[in-house]
Amino acid sequence: MDMFQLSRARDMRDAINAGALAHTAQQGAEVRFLAGGTTLLDLMKLNVERPMRVVDISRLPLDKIEETKDGGVRIGATSRNSDLAHHPLIRDRYAVLSQAVLAGASVQLRNMATTGGNILQRTRCVYFRDTTSPCNKREPGSGCSAIQGFNRMMAIMGTSESCIASNPSDMCVALQALEATIHVEGTGGKRAIPIDEFFLLPGTTPDRENVLDAGDLVTHVTLPPPVDGARSAYLKLRDRASYEFALASAGVVIGVKDGRIEHARVALGGVGTKPWRSREAEKELMNATPDEATFKRAADAALADAKPQSENGFKVELSKRCIVHTLKLVTTQTS
Amino acid sequence: MPQRPIPQSKTTHADTPNKTLQAAPAGDSTVSFTMTVNGRSETLSLDPRTTLLDALREHLHLTGTKKGCDHGQCGACTVHVNGRRVNSCLCFAAACEGDTVTTIEGIGEIEALHPLQAAFVECDGYQCGYCTAGQLMSAVALLDEPIGPSDDDVREAMSGNLCRCGAYQNIVSAIQSVRANKPSSK
Repeated sequence: MDMFQLSRARDMRDAINAGALAHTAQQGAEVRFLAGGTTLLDLMKLNVERPMRVVDISRLPLDKIEETKDGGVRIGATSRNSDLAHHPLIRDRYAVLSQAVLAGASVQLRNMATTGGNILQRTRCVYFRDTTSPCNKREPGSGCSAIQGFNRMMAIMGTSESCIASNPSDMCVALQALEATIHVEGTGGKRAIPIDEFFLLPGTTPDRENVLDAGDLVTHVTLPPPVDGARSAYLKLRDRASYEFALASAGVVIGVKDGRIEHARVALGGVGTKPWRSREAEKELMNATPDEATFKRAADAALADAKPQSENGFKVELSKRCIVHTLKLVTTQTS
Repeated sequence: MPQRPIPQSKTTHADTPNKTLQAAPAGDSTVSFTMTVNGRSETLSLDPRTTLLDALREHLHLTGTKKGCDHGQCGACTVHVNGRRVNSCLCFAAACEGDTVTTIEGIGEIEALHPLQAAFVECDGYQCGYCTAGQLMSAVALLDEPIGPSDDDVREAMSGNLCRCGAYQNIVSAIQSVRANKPSSK
């Protein structure tokens, strides 16, 4: 690990000013914010992250989870994953989010990891994590080792010739299904970014993963009020029953009235280069009857553009079955 | 690896004293901080790269906490920070300024084992013992966490602690025997 300067941010402005000294907030950033540290320390030990300054933001007053005036919820960026998952507001009104967070990592990691850090967590692609391998995300222009290599865990949607790295977050799949807004404060003021516009597809610049610029600090996430009568669920399929990243997962919010689906949000994990919202699946579900035939049509639509790699063709069918099963769960469960 | 200036690390706040990322004067690059470990106040002056795990083992000589993977994947380094179990290999020690840390050395005595330590002995919850301190620190924390009553609930809650000897079944038995005897955990 390279030497760095460690400091504790006195307030948000202090953190933002320090962050703004870097030339980017993306791969290669010279300044990194430290909250839970579960991604940052891991990648610094691997020399994938080599900040000159680490600014501890974990003591900033950004850890509250509270109801908003409109009946939604405001989730502070440094709230811990454990606190988020077990918060009564989240457990009772946003089940998909509580379930998704609890499906990720271990208790120890969830006690450390924060909402902001989870949003910004990096891919688990083995080549990104190995500084002896070419990787366009870590070192632009060096090539992608995964396309011809070990790609079983990698993405089948949103990929490019430059990068097929999957986004590993469970939480963000739920945030997609809940249409969360990510709030950022930077040197130019405050911005509110819909989560589906926050993440970038890799294209030819996989080192750029989101819209953040140097100095931008994620301050909180807001969720709109829960949809009346809708139910939600998260289902994660993986190589072992716990403490493993998703091969495929689905987070859905479904509202049914008079035998017709009147609200449908479908998001997928483990298969996309970013937390994947499937508007194609939603379109098939809207106004349809909540039955297996409808769910299969939605799953087919969701995966229609999938581009499997040499080792992960199984993800297409796995993801479809995951979607169908989650939709069945959420439309048959009793409250 | 390209040569980089070594930034000075004695600042308290993020945007002082140097306002740019230009080379700071190289010098004493340690950071001083104080934390409470097993009830004792400890002041250390360490390289900022030192993890909480290495601070405990190498500087405070509390070697009960073990280093396994050093990447948060095995749980051998589990300790409690401010009452919660965490992977000490993923904490910078100097970022624990003001925190209260409990290690395996802080939860029982040779002559007065913590009930979970006694249960691990009784149920044979280990073989080589390398993961045991981490297993115990997780198990002690678990008693106060919102988890269900079943063996599967315990397995899920303990999934962050790997055991290469495969003592899992006996670890679950040990934890369940203590939970059965202590319905209100504290």
